[in-house]
Amino acid sequence: MADHLSYEESTKAVWKGLGLLAGVTLVEVVLSLLKAQDWAKDMGWLFGLLAILIIVLSIYKAYFIIYEFMHMSYEVKGLAMSVLLPTLLLLWGVIAFFWEGSAWKGNRELIQERNRMEVQTDPADPVGTVITDEDYIIG
Amino acid sequence: MAAVTDIHVENDEHVDHHPEGGWEGGKKKPFAVSYGKLMMWYFLLSDAFTFAGFLIAYGTLRISSPSWPVPDAVFATAPFGIHEMFPGGHAPLIFVTFMSFLLIISSGTMVRAVQEGARENKRGVVFWMLLTVLGGAGFLGCQAWEWNNLINVEHMTVTTNPFGTYTENGVYLDPATGEPTDEVVEAGTTYLLHKAGESHGEGYEGDHFTYPTEETDAPGYMVDKRGYIHRKYLVTGEDSYNTGKTMTQDFGPVAFGALFFGITGFHGFHVFTGVIFLLIILINAGSGVYAARKNGYEMVEKIGLYWHFVDLVWVFVFLVFYLL
Repeated sequence: MADHLSYEESTKAVWKGLGLLAGVTLVEVVLSLLKAQDWAKDMGWLFGLLAILIIVLSIYKAYFIIYEFMHMSYEVKGLAMSVLLPTLLLLWGVIAFFWEGSAWKGNRELIQERNRMEVQTDPADPVGTVITDEDYIIG
Repeated sequence: MAAVTDIHVENDEHVDHHPEGGWEGGKKKPFAVSYGKLMMWYFLLSDAFTFAGFLIAYGTLRISSPSWPVPDAVFATAPFGIHEMFPGGHAPLIFVTFMSFLLIISSGTMVRAVQEGARENKRGVVFWMLLTVLGGAGFLGCQAWEWNNLINVEHMTVTTNPFGTYTENGVYLDPATGEPTDEVVEAGTTYLLHKAGESHGEGYEGDHFTYPTEETDAPGYMVDKRGYIHRKYLVTGEDSYNTGKTMTQDFGPVAFGALFFGITGFHGFHVFTGVIFLLIILINAGSGVYAARKNGYEMVEKIGLYWHFVDLVWVFVFLVFYLL
């Protein structure tokens, strides 16, 4: 518990924290709508930048909820670390699986590309590459 | 039951009978916290991993798809026709932002309930917990509306995703004649496949053609055997492989429905159980069970941890489904 604060102070802190979370959420929504605007469509870097900004703000919200609302900052360090450090394993999960996901996408695009090559190749033309069925077997 | 679930009652005579430490481990507390609170933290840690598994699966499938429904287009409706008051009849993310606020506010009122518990103020605990319950129930009501709208108005199911996204530029074909129109198809824009013969939540602008309800393959459109209307369009973008070809609107990534209903449903189930437990503890608090324990309403603190966690998970569900 927030022992170092008076009752009035800790009551006020709740409403301030609430305002902070609501404000951050509102900013996130505005940024999200911004990146979906038509003029932003051709600017890939802006889309990426806004997306990263939104993710950072969400992680800040998570930090605030855990440390203030759930009072993690008033617990002993051992408790905080025993709960928070295991979540670092998820970093590996996110990187590994997202890497795999984008590899699936790459493979699909490759297959599509090769399927189109078949249409463009004239089998009667001896110079052109003849694609056999085996070429389609990917991963 | 009370003595078992809430072990660390001050001056518990049971502890004195077992100075070497009984089941409750004596008066020494690891991490200077009660058994119940520590175990709640570890339960929440394990629950976080469950949610992370779902969300990572979502991210993996989304990254592997060539296109994904744009959230601003999918989540653009609100109850009472509120979305009609917005430009184009679309209120992107407005309703879900309201839902998020409900959950955040109920998190704040929960902190107030815990604070009142710490000073042994029964009336305060009951009052703020009641507001928390109302916030949680309100959130569930909103989610029910959202699901009903998606299922019954927009015809999304676990295995059917009527929200497709164009990957090429072009123009629509006129449904009546099959001739190209000046209605533009834009790559990256999400469309909704409507069902023939049903009222549309949000129809195409200027589209007054009446589609047949039986299976049809016309030059300008196609109606599949389940009644979904697929419009046809001519690809005009220059750099595309399909330039000059007539394409038919297709369903969106099939995993979208299962992921959406599965993950928001699992979160909603957490909210639901949270509301039930809040109610039980609210009634106990009101009838003086925790006042008798003289431990600063620790049970309220524990359900508080759970309730904040539900809010915490929503931060990430909101992030990946609606914001990105």
